Amino acid sequence: MIEGALWRRWVFYNIPLILFVFVLLFPFYWMIVTTFRPDGELYLPWNAPNYMPFWTNNPTLEHILYLFEETNFARWMFNTMFIALVSTVISLFCGVLAGYALARLNFPYAGGLGTAIFITYLVPQTLLFIPLAEIIRNFQLGDTPWSLILTYPTFLIPFCTWLMMGYFKAIPKELEECARIDGASRWKAMVYIIIPVAVPGILSSGIIAFTLSWNEFIYALVFLSSPDQKTVPVGVTSELIRGDVFFWGPLMAGALLGSIPVAIVYSFFVEHYVSGLTGSVKG
Amino acid sequence: MAEVSLHKLNKKFDTTHVVKDVDLQIRDKEFMVFVGPSGCGKTTTLRMIAGLEAITAGEIRIDDRVVNEVPPMDRDIAMVFQNYALYPHMSVASNLAFGLKMRKFEKAEIEKRINNAASILGIESLLQRKPRQLSGGQRQRVALGRAIVRDPKVFLFDEPLSNLDAKLRVQMRVELKKLHERLAVTSVYVTHDQVEAMTLGDRVVVMKDGLVQQVGEPLELYNTPANRFVAGFIGSPAMNFADVTLVENGGKPVAEAPGLRIGLPGELATRARAKTGHKATLGIRPEDIHIATAADAPEYCFEATVEVVEQLGSEILLDMRAGPALMVASVEPTLRVRAHDSLKLALKPERLHLFDAKTEAAI
Repeated sequence: MIEGALWRRWVFYNIPLILFVFVLLFPFYWMIVTTFRPDGELYLPWNAPNYMPFWTNNPTLEHILYLFEETNFARWMFNTMFIALVSTVISLFCGVLAGYALARLNFPYAGGLGTAIFITYLVPQTLLFIPLAEIIRNFQLGDTPWSLILTYPTFLIPFCTWLMMGYFKAIPKELEECARIDGASRWKAMVYIIIPVAVPGILSSGIIAFTLSWNEFIYALVFLSSPDQKTVPVGVTSELIRGDVFFWGPLMAGALLGSIPVAIVYSFFVEHYVSGLTGSVKG
Repeated sequence: MAEVSLHKLNKKFDTTHVVKDVDLQIRDKEFMVFVGPSGCGKTTTLRMIAGLEAITAGEIRIDDRVVNEVPPMDRDIAMVFQNYALYPHMSVASNLAFGLKMRKFEKAEIEKRINNAASILGIESLLQRKPRQLSGGQRQRVALGRAIVRDPKVFLFDEPLSNLDAKLRVQMRVELKKLHERLAVTSVYVTHDQVEAMTLGDRVVVMKDGLVQQVGEPLELYNTPANRFVAGFIGSPAMNFADVTLVENGGKPVAEAPGLRIGLPGELATRARAKTGHKATLGIRPEDIHIATAADAPEYCFEATVEVVEQLGSEILLDMRAGPALMVASVEPTLRVRAHDSLKLALKPERLHLFDAKTEAAI
């Protein structure tokens, strides 16, 4: 908290906070309003006499119904969920093991290897999709969920590895040493002691990995082509923007429904998530 | 039954040589304390005994088995860590049970041992709690309990009391001593606190810069320190030192410094005579200095100016200047002295120590 006079608290704390929250939440508000606004209001010119951009008196579900009846939206949701879950599980598994190894096993070149893994994370996806497209084609995985399940880990594993590495380093070494004196092998000490203690860290990297793959756009756009295989971000934008016509209602409804799972995941684990990112291990 | 013997033990981290040629026999049921300033290699030595640190050269035996390559789990040891290292996600009971579960003990036996250890340590009511719900002293007990349930050949303690507050530390020290008497298990204890070393140890190893300085019973270290380092490290307040030159005065060897001349008694005189003309360090403990009376021989008396008077209630510590040397004397609490007073003091000749100025070894 800011100490001192009331005006200081307002100027340095409350007003910036309100502005920040407003900027962050306004797009969501806009998304929600647009979802429930009938087309007749959506396409009114701004100088029309009854123009009311921030509210509607005639809420409607027509856009949501349109999504489910006229597009493959349910299918896209399922695809996205499946791809995000499987690639998150793969990345977490690899990331936890790699992070542990880099943090705790003092093998030669561990430091260099850690940096190398980090560098792969820095290669922009917008460049990487070109060689990856070639690989996907050679393995004949194009237009299948596996094209994404296998390519998402290319950026998720380095990410999870680094997050977990930091988390494992914050866990006192003595815990593991004590377990090993107590009769546990290195593997058992990891499974029974270190991983349970690292659950907040594992959850945070899982949540972020899930969100990253849920929202991923460019690989999904390049590797998937048939409407049945698409994920939500690609499906919504490719099927609801036809030429230069934006179907704003269904677009926003798709965005709203598409962000609900992520919101649920976050709110569910938010406590673990915060302690995971700040790396606190309570003794 | 367990003896631990270290033979020419060495440890190097890259280029730093942290443990140098340590030779030591730890007897069965003995409470051996390693003491020294931080960075002296005592913890590294303990970790090598535990198997947590690879041995660069030398040999460690537990009983007659060389354990250099034996993993920690197979050495039949238990260790108590400075930060307790309790498993934070497990209850106290599970913490105690973990080592036994790993060793595939029967459920009934595990329960019996947990209850036994809990009653020894008085933690029966805490068994269902998580470590974060415990106070520092309680965590310490649980850490001890985790070692006790295993019934190991050797207990290893790595500064187990240093995270406790002063009062609790004294209390736990007494309990540790009782516990050792009751369980009679060979124990190796590392501390930087010489009081802990003196009170707990059957024998004490003083280390500095990776080298063993002296091994012996607490009073042996106190009364006949092998060198200046041990003399200064053991005892509180620390021993007084004065840089002197050994000279002959009227056929008798004396230790001399500007403004200070102390005679050397009996055997010390014989040993000092061989070093006549050499520089040396004179050592005397604060409690071996008293206010001079007519009964004190003049060659053991000296003049000093009091600089600070420290009232401790049970005694008074006088910080004084005698010639070039700063000295502390511990005197009767009834004495009335003030700063800047000049005093005539005497020391107990048989309690004088003399150290070579160059090698720092006792003369």
